[in-house]
Amino acid sequence: MELGYYPGCALHGTSNDYEDSVRACLDALGVGLKEVNDWICCGATAAHSINHKLSIALPARNLALAEREGFGEILAPCPMCSMELLKASDLVKSDAALRQEMGRIVELDFEGRTSVLNLIQVFQKVGLDTIKAAVKSPLEGLKAACYYGCLLTRPPETLRFDDCERPSSMEAVIAALGGTAVEWNYKTECCGAGMTLANTDIVLDLSHKILTNAAAHGANCVVVACPMCHVNLDMKQADIERRTAVRHGMTIYYLSDLVGRALGLSDHTLGIDRHFVYGG
Amino acid sequence: MARIGVFTCWCGENIARTVDVEQVSAALGQLPGVHCSLDYKYMCSEPGQSLIQEKIKSENLDAVVVASCSPHMHLRTFRKTAANAGVNPYRVEMANIREHCSWVHHDRATATTKAIDLIRMSVAKVRWDEPLEPIKVPVTRRALVVGGGVAGIQAALDIADGGYEVVLVEREPSIGGKMAGLSETFPTLDCSQCILTPRMVEVGQHPRIKLYTYSEVEQVEGYLGNFTITIRKKARYVDTKSCTGCGDCWNACPIKRNPSEFDYGLGMRPAIYIPFPQAVPARPVIDKETCTRIKKGKGCGLCEKKCLTHSIHFDDQDELVSEKVGAVVVATGFKLYSIGQQQDDGATTGYGEYGYGKFKDVVTSLQFERLLSASGPTGGRVVRPSDGKEPKNVVFLSCVGSRDDAKGLPYCSKICCMYTAKHAMLYKHKVHDGQAHVFYMDIRAGGKNYEEFVRRAIEQDGARYYRGRVSRIYEENGKLVVRGADTLAGAPVTIEADLVVLAAAVVPATGVRDLARKLNVGYDQYGFLLESHPKLRPVETSAAGVFICGACQAPKDIPEAVAQASAAASKALIMFGHEELTREPEVARIDEKNCAACFTCVRTCPYHAIDKAELLTPRGVFVKRTARVNPGLCMGCGTCVAVCPSKSADLAGFTEQEIYAEVEALV
Amino acid sequence: MTVIPVDELRVADCYQCGKCTAGCPVAARMDRMPNQIVRLVQMGGFEAAIASAAMWECVSCQTCTTRCPKSVDCAGVMDKLRALSAERPSPEQARHHTILFQHAFLKNIRRHGRLNELELVGTFKAAVFAKNLEIPFLFKDALLAPRMLQRGKLKLAGGSVRDRDVVGRIFDRCLQSRDRQGAV
Repeated sequence: MELGYYPGCALHGTSNDYEDSVRACLDALGVGLKEVNDWICCGATAAHSINHKLSIALPARNLALAEREGFGEILAPCPMCSMELLKASDLVKSDAALRQEMGRIVELDFEGRTSVLNLIQVFQKVGLDTIKAAVKSPLEGLKAACYYGCLLTRPPETLRFDDCERPSSMEAVIAALGGTAVEWNYKTECCGAGMTLANTDIVLDLSHKILTNAAAHGANCVVVACPMCHVNLDMKQADIERRTAVRHGMTIYYLSDLVGRALGLSDHTLGIDRHFVYGG
Repeated sequence: MARIGVFTCWCGENIARTVDVEQVSAALGQLPGVHCSLDYKYMCSEPGQSLIQEKIKSENLDAVVVASCSPHMHLRTFRKTAANAGVNPYRVEMANIREHCSWVHHDRATATTKAIDLIRMSVAKVRWDEPLEPIKVPVTRRALVVGGGVAGIQAALDIADGGYEVVLVEREPSIGGKMAGLSETFPTLDCSQCILTPRMVEVGQHPRIKLYTYSEVEQVEGYLGNFTITIRKKARYVDTKSCTGCGDCWNACPIKRNPSEFDYGLGMRPAIYIPFPQAVPARPVIDKETCTRIKKGKGCGLCEKKCLTHSIHFDDQDELVSEKVGAVVVATGFKLYSIGQQQDDGATTGYGEYGYGKFKDVVTSLQFERLLSASGPTGGRVVRPSDGKEPKNVVFLSCVGSRDDAKGLPYCSKICCMYTAKHAMLYKHKVHDGQAHVFYMDIRAGGKNYEEFVRRAIEQDGARYYRGRVSRIYEENGKLVVRGADTLAGAPVTIEADLVVLAAAVVPATGVRDLARKLNVGYDQYGFLLESHPKLRPVETSAAGVFICGACQAPKDIPEAVAQASAAASKALIMFGHEELTREPEVARIDEKNCAACFTCVRTCPYHAIDKAELLTPRGVFVKRTARVNPGLCMGCGTCVAVCPSKSADLAGFTEQEIYAEVEALV
Repeated sequence: MTVIPVDELRVADCYQCGKCTAGCPVAARMDRMPNQIVRLVQMGGFEAAIASAAMWECVSCQTCTTRCPKSVDCAGVMDKLRALSAERPSPEQARHHTILFQHAFLKNIRRHGRLNELELVGTFKAAVFAKNLEIPFLFKDALLAPRMLQRGKLKLAGGSVRDRDVVGRIFDRCLQSRDRQGAV
């Protein structure tokens, strides 16, 4: 299986451990990734907060590039990116005038034919039974709190993925890996997203609540599929502990980390040893 | 040669402001056949009608055209007027120069010309009008009432007390409906079963009420005054005549843990059961899905062994019976919107954020009624379903599924504000140190003593009312965390509740659409049955002889359901007050000699009013096949006329000649 | 008077049920609740809505829009208010960290095509200092840098986009144009 690949700025920056993890485990599953040539930033929170047109144009440029290269499907492991790409895609598909205008703005005509997948959808595409059969070291003892954050399931009209009130797609992957997922109450509560630098206090408060609830429900780790969530829960965990005087010591895994581990890949290959909270 | 009178109405200023009525009247007086043309301010008034009658007599008229408002308003009036003066009422035409002319145009000159054209068309038509006679149909003076809740019970008692037999069909094993499951009713806090069961007993013992419980309407044939109803009596496996209701069987049943339908899943019942102690009839049924003996064909049979009157028969089958009635009253009631799950129609998505079905201590309003009820699964103690402990903080959510365009139903379910206040009060009466919290958007308490009742809940029983919806409910450490808002204070509100009660939306009962189709009654997009006119004809339907009452028409409380039931009963009694009923004669007829027997009309008639028949000689010898209209069922829609390839079908009162005459009068 | 075209956000349909406020993770920090912001916009009180700091506390989690029973796009209203404020911020707002951050972010990707994180941190802190003269802020999280470097998370240069100029042109076209109602 070959997919187009849109890493987004985070995966090439602070969250390059996520990229290592995604590439290694998808490689092990026989999924080839081909990076979209000359992709640009999707605009993230800044674009949609400042200028509506820009928030469509930046993702539109990337959709156009992907289409030009002939990708039917692309993987965007960052849910912020996948949400912006899908939103732009829906808008241009339903409004011919907008599509033409975007084509002019981004200097490339396109039709919006490329579909955008998140990481969990790629695992579903590979097939959970296939993954289960390929598991070499089942994740026994793993009690995962599957954390979806905001942008994997919301807004539901745009993402059309899983159930935004009772999601279960990540739990299904964990089960296929032989691990246990705990039932907890903060699956889709916001961690503070891109406010890490701009409004750190909000991030620390919200992320603290998430870590607390995960622990209260017996989790020994939190699993995410979003680089911003990972940064807020992992990199900032020390700051959370300082601010709240609560010791969390909670390991935060990317979903691809766990898939890779179960397939027998090493922590180093997967970039797990580069997490801030790492037990070794 | 026809002697036509044309009477043009001013309708005060409604017509005269835009149409020059005098000019119109003068112009029409010139038409051939018109022997009298005059105008008057209010044709429908008594002097106006007298004027028409005078002229009929003095000018010897045999046809009348009234140019005024819509026939929907006064066609009946003018037909009566003409009939009383000796003119056949079907030789009366109305030209609508108000809704079709003066109310939709501004220019006086063109409106006047148009009015003249419209009336000229009616004059041309009336020349061809035949002197029709109303169709007489016999009337079977018995009524069918579908649904044995409080509305059905009231309608049945009214008709039966009026002297006529009633067949009452109820789907559940007992009558009583939703009201039988309530604890107390607002605004009086009467014990619901105490006020209902006397009525239920009356129905059960009434000499003129034939009660079919655990039964459903299978098929409906016929028409106004002449319905043949097929009823399916579902197999009860218990002979209700010999059974004494002693209870030995259900006490012996080893399958004790089926979720009780009457308790909305909060309590348990055996496989052979009576839904509640005051059931009418007080005879059990066996649930064939859970009874070992019926499912496997062998084994168990403990109830049969215990039964001293040998009333249990495992080989029972469904039975179809036929009843002839003249009128039908539909009172099928309501159920609650399914929260958090797939809906009947797949179009609505439920509320995953409220945790219903996931957290045991999140219940619906009807479930809470069962907790409150003395005959409920907890004997009237308010306890948490999860651990049986008494809740000290109960949160009530209003409008769950109601007033919600995005995820539920856009309408208001009417009764929830009142019953939520009632719940808050009853909870406080039972748990003195408990606190009720109500999240609401508005308080709808418009009935008699209703506002005072809600204030009592707040002022005397200390219920805390927060104006705002709840976003999410989840369980943490055995408590339900309720995240709501107080928009009046301008802040989010979080409450840790022991129990949460959701006031779910009121929707029509399951299966109502199928029943409506059998009866030819319309229903709206939610399944509520359609009344003929929302203001003036709330209990009649588009199907003659079929009436509706209670929550099947729209969400409503008990006083309204009872009042509407009596109204529906009165409509049936009006019918039964006649030896025979009349139907308008504007029905289709088929020239049977000409008919090619292609039966296209049979297939296209929406009322199934045309049959395949045979034309016979007087001695009964077969001549040819033909289509034949049943004038009792025909609604005069004209579809058969449109599709008939041999022009054998025509519509009395709107014949093809008449229509052509109107059109040709224009050109 | 500022008029914000909000028809497509269905603001007129809002019946102030408060479900947005109830589910907002940061409502307790806001000076005005989300439903109050929508109310202001509904009644034409745009100035008061923009003057509130609520939109800058908003984390765009989309919970409000997702659960709204009238399909009002409350998160979209926040976006619209932010966009308008960013154009002509009041002096207080111009000092708000979040505005400074978003502007620094956009400037960064405009120049490089993709985010250069190290540069972003630098320009953001400098901008905050320039507006607020907060010296401690300059050094906030400074100790994080070596730990990030150690873990290979600090890239000294961003990824390279060959056709960087097109990004600048895209920005120009979007920032200069106005839609039919004169909004950005």
